[in-house]
Amino acid sequence: MSEQAIHHPELTRPNAFTQAELGWVPWLEPKAVEDLTEEDYTGLVERARAGNPYFRLLVRDPVVLGARTRADNDIFYNEDAGLARAERELSAAATSRTNGCLYCASVHSRFASIQAPSRRDDVQRLLDEGIDAAQDDRWTAVIEAAAALTATPSHFGQAHVTALRAVGLDDQAIVDVIQSAAFFNWANRLMLSLGEPTPPAA
Amino acid sequence: MSDLIDELVGIVPGDRLDALRAKRPTARSDAQTTYDALVAAPADLARASRAERVALGYWVASLSYAEALAAHYRSLLEGLDAGALAAIDAALPGARTTGPFGAYPAGPLSAEDEDGLRWAAPAELREAVGARLAAALEHAHLLTYRPRESSADALQALLDAGWTTDGVVTVSQLVAFTHFQLRVVAGLTVLKEAN
Repeated sequence: MSEQAIHHPELTRPNAFTQAELGWVPWLEPKAVEDLTEEDYTGLVERARAGNPYFRLLVRDPVVLGARTRADNDIFYNEDAGLARAERELSAAATSRTNGCLYCASVHSRFASIQAPSRRDDVQRLLDEGIDAAQDDRWTAVIEAAAALTATPSHFGQAHVTALRAVGLDDQAIVDVIQSAAFFNWANRLMLSLGEPTPPAA
Repeated sequence: MSDLIDELVGIVPGDRLDALRAKRPTARSDAQTTYDALVAAPADLARASRAERVALGYWVASLSYAEALAAHYRSLLEGLDAGALAAIDAALPGARTTGPFGAYPAGPLSAEDEDGLRWAAPAELREAVGARLAAALEHAHLLTYRPRESSADALQALLDAGWTTDGVVTVSQLVAFTHFQLRVVAGLTVLKEAN
């Protein structure tokens, strides 16, 4: 008898991109809190993440989860030069919009709006109208680069580098665009394939 | 310390890309740590064998037209399971498409739904690599081109083919991580050539 995936037939699945706080439920059994080892806590990086079913599912491969989480933190939160925080979140949101990850797009569009409060409507337009929605030149360049790198096959090319440089990004910032988009091609696939989003709390 | 991304992009100590990558040192070292844990030196070979892991990396890189990474995995798979390599190569032309595409949950986004190739492993491939790896290749195809169509049923198909829950987590990480790895290589390769 094989193990069983978890279905959630009672849930109303969100069907639109939003900046609201969605929930997420797993399709496989997370590791039980009482079974977590010290190695697992190392993989969780922050002990509080033991309360989160997504991380407690991924901790079934603790070394990989730990490396994933540290890479994530360095790509998005290391502010030694490079791209502004808001634009790293924008790259993550554009990637998530392209792949169709409602959950990831909700988190990172919200983070982009928190980092750039005056741009909340611009962020919403990315969610509502997609990656081709009108934006200023700088955001257009970041969104187009992230989307091009997300396509299979990738069509990220010299024209994208030229466009990013033209709106003021140096090569360190371009590395941040590349790595934040690449990272969300990792994160989107985990979030989309191991569980599903749930509606915002009423 | 070997670093596969540096090797595939052609980054050498002291060059421009080396300095750029050095500003995100943890992302750099943990990309390699992830690769080592998933592919190069995995601790648990019961949940997924070395050959299964390498075959999945080769499959995802090939489906993604990531030539340098595919060539790397190809040389590894040749030494581990030449039969699987031949069977996968035979299946590739019928499996390659473009993405991402797929259907959203019914609603306002349905206008963006896009149809495409929903691939099932042909009988010859299934016979050559077995039901377990064939199921993982089908799942990797789903995650590569239409991740938005993932489902609990897709995971059940993996469990029914003999993967454990731990094994499904590792297969998912391997497929998803390879999509990160191949895009870092693609992006940095373009940036390296931009002067």
